Amino acid sequence: MKLIVMVMTMMMISEGSMIDQTCKQTPDFKLCVSLLNSDPRGSSADISGLALILIDKIKVLATKTLTEINGLYKKRPELKQALDQCSRRYKTILNADVPEAIEAISKGVPKFGEDGVIDAGVEASVCEEGFQGKSPLTSLTKSMQNISSVTRAVVRMLL
Amino acid sequence: MASSEALLPISAREEEPSCPYTKLPDGSRSDPETHPRRRRPYKGLLAVSFGLLLIAFYVALIATQDGSRSNEAANATDETEKTTSSSSRARLAGVSEKSNDGLWKLSGGQNTPAFEWNNSMLSWQRTAFHFQPEENWMNDPNGPLFYKGWYHFFYQYNPNAAVWGDIVWGHAVSRDLIHWVHLPLAMVADQWYDSNGVWTGSATILPDGSIVMLYTGSTDKAVQVQNLAYPEDLNDPLLLKWVKFPGNPVLVPPPGILPKDFRDPTTAWKTPEGKWRITIGSKINKTGISLVYDTTDFKTYEKLDSLLHGVPNTGMWECVDFYPVSKTARKGLDTSVNGPDVKHIVKASMDDTRFDHYAVGTYFESNGTWIPDDPSIDVGMSSSLRYDYGKFYASKTFYDQNKGRRILWSWIGESDSEAADVQKGWSSVQGIPRTVALDTKTGKNLVQSPVEEIKSLRLSSKKFDLELSPGSVIPVDVGTATQLDIEAEFEIKKESLDKFFGDASVVAEAEEFSCEKNGAGSTVRNALGPFGFSVLATESLSEQTPVYFYIAKGKDSKLKTFFCTDTSRSSVANDVIKPIYGSVVPVLKGEKLTMRILVDHSIVEAFGQGGRTCITSRVYPTTAIYGAAKLFVFNNALDATVTASFKVWQMNSAFIHPYSEEAVRALTRT
Repeated sequence: MKLIVMVMTMMMISEGSMIDQTCKQTPDFKLCVSLLNSDPRGSSADISGLALILIDKIKVLATKTLTEINGLYKKRPELKQALDQCSRRYKTILNADVPEAIEAISKGVPKFGEDGVIDAGVEASVCEEGFQGKSPLTSLTKSMQNISSVTRAVVRMLL
Repeated sequence: MASSEALLPISAREEEPSCPYTKLPDGSRSDPETHPRRRRPYKGLLAVSFGLLLIAFYVALIATQDGSRSNEAANATDETEKTTSSSSRARLAGVSEKSNDGLWKLSGGQNTPAFEWNNSMLSWQRTAFHFQPEENWMNDPNGPLFYKGWYHFFYQYNPNAAVWGDIVWGHAVSRDLIHWVHLPLAMVADQWYDSNGVWTGSATILPDGSIVMLYTGSTDKAVQVQNLAYPEDLNDPLLLKWVKFPGNPVLVPPPGILPKDFRDPTTAWKTPEGKWRITIGSKINKTGISLVYDTTDFKTYEKLDSLLHGVPNTGMWECVDFYPVSKTARKGLDTSVNGPDVKHIVKASMDDTRFDHYAVGTYFESNGTWIPDDPSIDVGMSSSLRYDYGKFYASKTFYDQNKGRRILWSWIGESDSEAADVQKGWSSVQGIPRTVALDTKTGKNLVQSPVEEIKSLRLSSKKFDLELSPGSVIPVDVGTATQLDIEAEFEIKKESLDKFFGDASVVAEAEEFSCEKNGAGSTVRNALGPFGFSVLATESLSEQTPVYFYIAKGKDSKLKTFFCTDTSRSSVANDVIKPIYGSVVPVLKGEKLTMRILVDHSIVEAFGQGGRTCITSRVYPTTAIYGAAKLFVFNNALDATVTASFKVWQMNSAFIHPYSEEAVRALTRT
């Protein structure tokens, strides 16, 4: 029994430190740790696996933002042009950036994954700029920028 | 056959993208205006005294490697708003990429007008005479070769999207490396050993004229392996069909090498024992290495215990290339050539930085190892030489036995957002194939030049001889300025040089200077420059791409010349990358400063000093397009007068041919 507890404790310590060690090398340690810990796969993933979890978070956030954008057409019809641009940008994240990043990291050519992840941040920023200071999406934009920069740091560890 | 449909690089989707071919601009031009200024008969008397001065002042300007040659990461912050006293050139800050700490920062904010790409702007971006597929994504060049009268080009291609993925081998042929005809896909991901990707590879032409192709496959378990393929029918000059060796893979990752660190096999060369030898890039921890294998039949291999070479802290070596160059003549050599008049080049694409680096060195054929001539600039070190200081990666050479030259291909990716790529329906072009050879004058670097055949695209030309006073920005009237070939020579006037050397207050800045430094770029004004051309510029210079020389004084009072391209103001768009690229360029005693520039819509290729320093840039102007794109020549020097003697050609389109069965039938009859 003691042995099992010891082994489990050691496993927990070493798993915690994989996420810890990885997240220490990203621009936002707290965000990184909370994203990875919130996923059941996080505790046993290698760096590739952690990167894939983070890309999944990007996908989820993009989907959420698109839903928000769709809802805004009715509530804020005067923002239609900017919303159209944002819609295109977030669809790019979902249809181009995320699949590219997943394929690249799974197949061991992480540099294309880095491109996709960087682009997710760019698309979010461009969408935000379209509102010229009066964006209803600012907090979602910031989330995407932050997750993108954390994910990029993790992907770079695979190069 | 239904399956041949599947091989077409054209997708069978319903929605057609807008015509990918930009119509050639209207050929009418205004009267030639050469803006003659006071013309000095400098070619006579001045040349002699100037030559003497050059001897006195340009003491031993042999290639010096500039330690301050930093990569894009050095340009960490947004550019400072430096306006010059001479004119109000609009400066628009743009996106700056922090390559190592993650975040794109868009400049602008509340006062930046919201910007959106429209189809007119996007369709202008497509090039007229650079190789690109009709649509979708392309990356690395693969297996280039010349066979039975045709130049063959294969490439990494995604048939399904304008981003990387689902990679297969595209194929095209040409008689002259310029006019291409697209062919069906050469290889698709139809075997377990390449089902996750038919990746990069190289061709070897055997003495009996047959061809073997080695390429990397990503297996169904995403392991990187090497596979053998060969033409189904050597009597087909178009090499349409390829057969994969049933015994594939021929190489799997060896012990000590991770399954995802083993890719991009090279062309083979002969060993003293009469075997074939190849090298494959990899890494061990952070040391980039190149593994060596010998074979007699390309099916079974022995791995050498030694590496061809390795350099610590350079990361994964992709697309390794290894080839001989002549020390005495500017010509190409077959990959197997060796001898006392030969040096060997090792080149690798650095996964960490996306830069291609090379070094000149010595190959020891007895044990398959290589050492650089100058270990301080070994392959992959940040200070080591690069084929090109701009956007340029995954390059590969081949020996063109047709004309006895070595030709360099390279993948030129986009610098815009993926949303724009998806909207325009394509991504990436190839650089114009370049001849590459050792610089016989310096012996320490390569020189590159667009292949001669590109001159067949030259239409009308205009010649100019101008004197550029300090601070001048002169429009060059050549009509439409989106497809140009420019050859230019610059000289700083003797009096200006005298003054420069006599002026103790001119600070020695060469050690700290680099093209990419914050706030530098082309708007800085100094004693001896910058001076050069501004391409793809609007009349008001609200968008422009300067290509220029910058001359700085070194601590030892020697002059150091830099060759740069500044894309920071190339576009007002806020979602494109706009770096300042460049490097030091060797200028030898008695040499005038020369540059050549190819402008082809969204790509600018610049060659300094005969191709000693080359810079490829991708630019995405929003208003400096179609008829609104102009050409300027400028001299930003504070005091120095510069004479510019140059010729500008309009360039025709290469009319790259889409695939069609009739076209192929017609080709096979020629």
